Amino acid sequence: MTWTADQPIVKIFDVHKSFGKTEVLKGVSMDVAAGEVVCIIGPSGSGKSTLLRCINALAVIDQGSVQVEGQEVHDPDLDQLALRRKVGMVFQQYNLFPHKTALQNVMMAPLHVLGEKRGDVEARARELMRKVRLAGKENHYPGELSGGQQQRVAIARSLAMRPDIMLFDEVTAALDPETVKEVLVTIRDLALEGMTCILVTHEMGFAREVADHVYFTDHGVIVEHGPPEILFSQPQDPRTKEFLSHVL
Amino acid sequence: METVWEWFRWLDKTHGIDLSVFYDTGDRHRFLMGFLTTILLSLTCLMSSLAIGFIGAWAQQSQWRWARLAVGAFIQFFRNTPPLVQLYFFYFAIGGMLPKFADASGMASPLFGSFFWAAVSLSLFGGAFNIEIFRAGIEAVPRATIEAAESLGFSKGQIFRLVAFPLALRFSLRALNNNMVNLVKTTSLAYAIGVPELLYVSAQIWSDQLNTREMMTLLLFSYVGLVGAMVWGMHRLERALRMPGYGQ
Ligand SMILES: Nc1ncnc2c1ncn2[C@@H]1O[C@H](COP(=O)(O)OP(=O)(O)O)[C@@H](O)[C@H]1O
Ligand SMILES: [Mg+2]
Repeated sequence: MTWTADQPIVKIFDVHKSFGKTEVLKGVSMDVAAGEVVCIIGPSGSGKSTLLRCINALAVIDQGSVQVEGQEVHDPDLDQLALRRKVGMVFQQYNLFPHKTALQNVMMAPLHVLGEKRGDVEARARELMRKVRLAGKENHYPGELSGGQQQRVAIARSLAMRPDIMLFDEVTAALDPETVKEVLVTIRDLALEGMTCILVTHEMGFAREVADHVYFTDHGVIVEHGPPEILFSQPQDPRTKEFLSHVL
Repeated sequence: METVWEWFRWLDKTHGIDLSVFYDTGDRHRFLMGFLTTILLSLTCLMSSLAIGFIGAWAQQSQWRWARLAVGAFIQFFRNTPPLVQLYFFYFAIGGMLPKFADASGMASPLFGSFFWAAVSLSLFGGAFNIEIFRAGIEAVPRATIEAAESLGFSKGQIFRLVAFPLALRFSLRALNNNMVNLVKTTSLAYAIGVPELLYVSAQIWSDQLNTREMMTLLLFSYVGLVGAMVWGMHRLERALRMPGYGQ
């Protein structure tokens, strides 16, 4: 069974995941189409990060199935590194490599993981630095950049691997209000170009603007989901109403 | 050069300041050989103690419980006993147990000389501290940084080589410098088992020439020069490896 682009690029079905005795995901299902932008919202501790981490196998599920481009992520025979080349991830705390310059951060994975030629990689990395509006900061170390700038380097670093899917885990949560916007603009540009994006976010305005589909999670289950114009204006479940009344 | 040597002879004659290692060819040779022996012993101990620290820290992360226990016991043993006692232990207890063999002249001589035992004993002593230093460095590498590398598709070996080790080294450098300087100073203990290093030859010279005061001073300043050169080198390394803006 080969995957074709008209099938969901990410297919999550009845995923369960526990840490010790606490069940963090209690049967989560979700389909994401290629090119779609999906936002996951919900109170903290509801399992949003864990769900994202199951998609690129940073977390291992106990039950259920996660498929990326038709391949079972938790199949023991799966080439995990191949999966991670297809799925980029950006974290709340940027997690750049502090001993490398911005440009080196962007170049490292294509050089060492893909084994591409340095000249090609460098040209692409410089192009990506321009794309995330950081031209001129190539030789700065992460410690010399603001939070928003570091986060954009992190996005460029992921994009350098030419992933098919990007995961964003509360990437603006650690930023000053002024710099949130510059990061959101970068992500919106990506979404407009047709990148498949799965975002965990607290930026409801952004979710409403760019998302094709919004999922609301609480206590390890998806309570409600739908297009943003419906979910935000006519939430059905009392938990969704309660949550939205606090954040909107 | 001759005039310099003659000046020291004059200093001895007119002021009674007897720096015989400068004007007496025999003493000069002895002193120089002692200096070289100290440098050689120091380099040997530095290199092997770094290797021991590296291997020990690696073994301490291992799955095997017995390996972790063995490393722990090794550290306790070498940290909780005086280095001079360790030196005697290796030279007399271990060295004395090994079989002797007949040398060219038919005399029974030990398998290993005092230099060998000093190198072994001091390397283990310095290495025990290095294991702890490296371990602290490895533990200081943020889990999140490693996960970022994992999500980019780096293999375990690449993560260690490109991310974990370079960061751990930087985090350990300050403590490592202190321990390395201490180790160089501790090589003077090799005097006790008759290694002809700096202190040993100085003692020979002052008992021949009865210039204890001058030799003590010269000895002290020789160590200042030796350790000073080493500290200078370490600082250059620290500067070369620094991560601009990190941790501020
Ligand atoms: N590695 C882990 N070990 C133990 N518990 C964890 C771990 N990761 C997450 N959890 C727990 O799982 C729950 C959900 O966490 P998370 O997925 O981070 O939620 P969210 O991202 O929605 O805030 C929390 O209660 C958290 O404490
Ligand atoms: Mg989270």
